[in-house]
Amino acid sequence: MIETAKSAGLAACTTCARVWPHDQARCDRCGSPIVDRDRRGLQPVWAWWFAGLLCYIPANIYPMLRTKTLLAYQENTIIGGAVELVAHGSYGVAAIILIASVLIPVIKFLSIAYLALNIRDRRRMSQHSRHQLYEVVEFVGRWSMVDVFVVAILSSLIQLQDVASINPGPAAMTFALSVIFTMLSAQSFDPRLIWDSEDQA
Amino acid sequence: MGAWVGLNEVTAEGIANKDLIACRQCDALYRDIEPDDEHRAICSRCSATLYAPREGSFLQVFAFALTVLVLIVAALWFPFISISKAGLHHTSSIFDVVLSFSTTEMIPLTLAVAAMILLLPALRVLLTLYVLGPLLADKAPLPHAALAFRISERLRPWAMAEIFVLGVAVALVKIHALAHVSPGPAFWMFIALALIATMQDRAACSLTIWKALENK
Repeated sequence: MIETAKSAGLAACTTCARVWPHDQARCDRCGSPIVDRDRRGLQPVWAWWFAGLLCYIPANIYPMLRTKTLLAYQENTIIGGAVELVAHGSYGVAAIILIASVLIPVIKFLSIAYLALNIRDRRRMSQHSRHQLYEVVEFVGRWSMVDVFVVAILSSLIQLQDVASINPGPAAMTFALSVIFTMLSAQSFDPRLIWDSEDQA
Repeated sequence: MGAWVGLNEVTAEGIANKDLIACRQCDALYRDIEPDDEHRAICSRCSATLYAPREGSFLQVFAFALTVLVLIVAALWFPFISISKAGLHHTSSIFDVVLSFSTTEMIPLTLAVAAMILLLPALRVLLTLYVLGPLLADKAPLPHAALAFRISERLRPWAMAEIFVLGVAVALVKIHALAHVSPGPAFWMFIALALIATMQDRAACSLTIWKALENK
């Protein structure tokens, strides 16, 4: 069995890796609070997860973009915008938007829930694979923000008086919030909990 | 970079706490031995990198940070993208992009976008210069250097210059059909700064910096 800070009766700082007596509240080297992972548990993970999901629903229902041209007024949701790109033959860009705004968030919600629900269960996935899944989710999650930036750029650029103008819709806000909340959810997940189950076995 | 070495597993008995580190990802305990510049230390349990020191990396990170700072400041003053359609022209600066949400009830989003593409990348770079400057000159760290480095590490996922660059690329393709687009100097500066900021993060080994801050 591998000796861990916990099994040695110590508490580790997750910012600078120094170890301290288990009852120390703050790291003397870097000043970060030292959190007892068992006491904090998964509650913050679930809280941010639900907040993220709650924002993700309106983000898909309400328009992301409002386009006004001489002849027409159009509102596009996230998926509607991607469908339109496909219709124009911009497959690559449609793929980027669909991956960043639909695929990544959905996979992220499912993965975090899976990891949190199966924190002690080793039968389906080894610690190693679950840890890798966690790292992928954490790395990839922030890229969802790309669509919000696209909306910001389009709305600032396409302001050609009456000929064409683009403005952000309410979904831009809820989608950004959803990305922020799920990032916080992933960040408050402590990967050491995945490995703790090995020590207890 | 040479071969990877894992540090030896230890039992904590008889070793002072200050000579130990625990993997930040999986809590495995190791003797705190910094490998030489040719090697990096990885956790034998979860494969997370513990130490990846490199000859001259502080100077390299400092130089990258300085470059990013110059590029951010310069990018603010140059045109970012211009479009023209039917004799009408419009030029956006980075400021215009950031302020595009502010017309409506979306002030919080404006602040978030401003933070993610400008303020946080700039702040992280300033903190890095503040932390590494004295270490490079072989002097004692400036007051609150540990706090500065901690904030910089904590903010890392929220500085999204490189994601913004992808957003610009997508937006350009979208507009392409609608109007004639020409990127300005700030556009190229932003691509460069996103690239260099990524290189800066890859060159910095956080445990090496923490150790240097502690020992100076």
